[in-house]
Amino acid sequence: MSSTLAGWMQALALVGALALCYRPLGDYIARILTTPRHLRAERGIYKVIGVDGDADQRWPVYLRSVLAFSAVSVLFLYGLIRLQGYLLLNLGVPQMAGHQAWNTAISFVANTNWQSYGGESAMGHLVQMAGLAVQNFVSAAVGIAVVAALIRGFTRNRTDRLGNFWVDLVRINLRLLLPISIVFALVLAASGVIQNFHGFHEVTNLAGDVQKIPGGPVASQEVIKLLGTNGGGFFNANSAHPFENPNGFSNLVEVFLLLVIPFALPRTFGRMVGDNRQGYAIVAVMGLFWVASTALLTFAESQHSGSALQAAGAAMEGKEQRFGIAASGLFAASTTLTSTGAVNSFHDSFTPFGGGITVFNMMLGEIAPGGTGSGLYGMLVLAIVAVFVAGLMVGRTPEYLGKKLGGREMKFASLYILTTPTIVLVGTGVAMALPGERAGMLNSGAHGFSEVLYAFTSAANNNGSAFGGITVNTDWYDTALGLAMIFGRLLPIVFVLALAGSLAQQQPVPATPGTLPTHKPLFVGLLSGVILIVVGLTYFPALALGPIAEGLTS
Amino acid sequence: MSKPLPAAVRTHFTALRALLVLTVILGVAYPLLVTGISQVAFSEKANGSIVKADGKEVGSSLIGQNFNLPKKNPDDPKEEAQPDPKWFQPRPSAAGTGYDASSSGASNQGPNSEDLLKAVNDRRAAVAAFDGVDPASVPADALTASGSGLDPDISPAYAKEQVNRVAKERGLPADMLNQLVDRYTESRPLGFLGNEAVNVVLLNKALSEQK
Repeated sequence: MSSTLAGWMQALALVGALALCYRPLGDYIARILTTPRHLRAERGIYKVIGVDGDADQRWPVYLRSVLAFSAVSVLFLYGLIRLQGYLLLNLGVPQMAGHQAWNTAISFVANTNWQSYGGESAMGHLVQMAGLAVQNFVSAAVGIAVVAALIRGFTRNRTDRLGNFWVDLVRINLRLLLPISIVFALVLAASGVIQNFHGFHEVTNLAGDVQKIPGGPVASQEVIKLLGTNGGGFFNANSAHPFENPNGFSNLVEVFLLLVIPFALPRTFGRMVGDNRQGYAIVAVMGLFWVASTALLTFAESQHSGSALQAAGAAMEGKEQRFGIAASGLFAASTTLTSTGAVNSFHDSFTPFGGGITVFNMMLGEIAPGGTGSGLYGMLVLAIVAVFVAGLMVGRTPEYLGKKLGGREMKFASLYILTTPTIVLVGTGVAMALPGERAGMLNSGAHGFSEVLYAFTSAANNNGSAFGGITVNTDWYDTALGLAMIFGRLLPIVFVLALAGSLAQQQPVPATPGTLPTHKPLFVGLLSGVILIVVGLTYFPALALGPIAEGLTS
Repeated sequence: MSKPLPAAVRTHFTALRALLVLTVILGVAYPLLVTGISQVAFSEKANGSIVKADGKEVGSSLIGQNFNLPKKNPDDPKEEAQPDPKWFQPRPSAAGTGYDASSSGASNQGPNSEDLLKAVNDRRAAVAAFDGVDPASVPADALTASGSGLDPDISPAYAKEQVNRVAKERGLPADMLNQLVDRYTESRPLGFLGNEAVNVVLLNKALSEQK
């Protein structure tokens, strides 16, 4: 079978698997988020943490719970990393510097998983599993909880209650993430991903070299790294490492895991608002962007432009032989469109346009399909903007799902959309203006600029992948990117919950012949157009200086 | 009695308790459960797919290794390792000084990087001379470093290219080595996932067992 045909079949198999999961998984998540019944284990947990599982929260209280949970998580993780030397299973790794531990703690709490350290040389097993992997679970759950609150803003009327954050958090972890993780951790372990508590194990190779083979509870962490769209590798090489991703089968399982929840959530949305067609419209937009991006990126990589790649005859620098171009392109497009940031090949060595597409994917704001929960709330905010734009065209107050989009709602939506680009562009600008920080680039010229632009785009959009050449383990980058991650995560959440609170208080207006139908192809086109215009206008100058300049000159 | 704590402070205590409970479930019980089952059901794979030759552990079938000549002066860090012509050679590696499994990683050099261009051209000349083939025929995987730096695989084309050299060095018939390469060529899982590959560690281990 030719490589091209195999690549297409692989993508088709993935789409088929995701399509099969869309209804059952989406419906299941909707049930988790709406049922009044608690499991016995959950009641026990509510008792321990001291919350009333049946008490709904107003939006400021819901927000306060999210913020408190994030703050406590950052402090706990920071402490765990800094005290690693006194903990079990620390493998004797050196003490991590304060700025790097701070950056790492924020990174995992913010669902970003930007890593300025290399896993095998900086983290012991206990911190990986009880610190980092726990945040992989709970930060994903926070994203889903926030989108649940936003959907309740649409479905509830004349109330100030949006649900209970602690109930959402516990249920999403116990009923959704944990069961899927157990099953797929075993699938990955069966295909060769390691799962043990060994330290480095010395062997003498066939030709006499001494090699240190690493150990660790990798399969259990690998699953949630992908399922929760986190992306923080157990090892420095992330999902390119053979112990994280040993073959073509495990690779497709991993891509499936990172897409499955974000692509099923539109069904949850449709189900909860009582009109499945609304979910289909949203998933259609997500799917369009995903398909276009995957096809373009794989095509760009197969053309291997760039002087060094031309000389090699294929864009195999930074790619594994067992994956090749197609499986690397599929992974790269999916990981940058979902805020995951795990990599099975290194984007810094991609062709200029291929690398440019990975940056562009993140600039879309991680909405196609985006992170767990965060993808859908980002998309719904853009849907609100699209409905508003359509309303302006015909000169009537727009409404979406029976809720009027007035000044207050649009203010929150606009703030949401402005936050991330501000962080990305200001951060990149400041870094480029400082000579010391400019020196962090590995490559020079347009490609070096792309490294810095990629870093801030990745941090502010909570993706976490990198053009890895850049040296970011410095006081300045750890601090600046840490701020980009935490503001890029929490400010949008503030605006989404405020928006949800405002929507929930409204009395719904009945649909009239003048109402824009938001489940038809027309709306799919309108929303896609709005996304492209918003992103294009915001980022075109920056893209032109980096990947586009490099692509056109090579 | 003192006044009850303000709500904002109480929320943080709730958050701390929630985090601790979830850490016990997700950070301790869950990985222990998965480790327990994996160690019973797939212990060989869960422990790193270790390869043995003559009863001794020689590496992992998933982690590539160097097949170099011994250094003339083992204490000289500047001396460049030379490939041993008796073995099938792996891809170039950016992990440490080459296939250092305690330091995985890629070169991260850009598509137009001068350094990468020079490295690719140098490798093409060196590999062609080493294998005695036309420089234009050397496949891309022989000229580029993998993402992990630990790639255990090479392309079937690169393996075939090395057959004549290895056969000559070992005094083995080339036909036999071609068959060996075919036997260690892994087709795509399910016929269409990933890419075709020859596992150099397993191929060389089989080679070392040929008499």
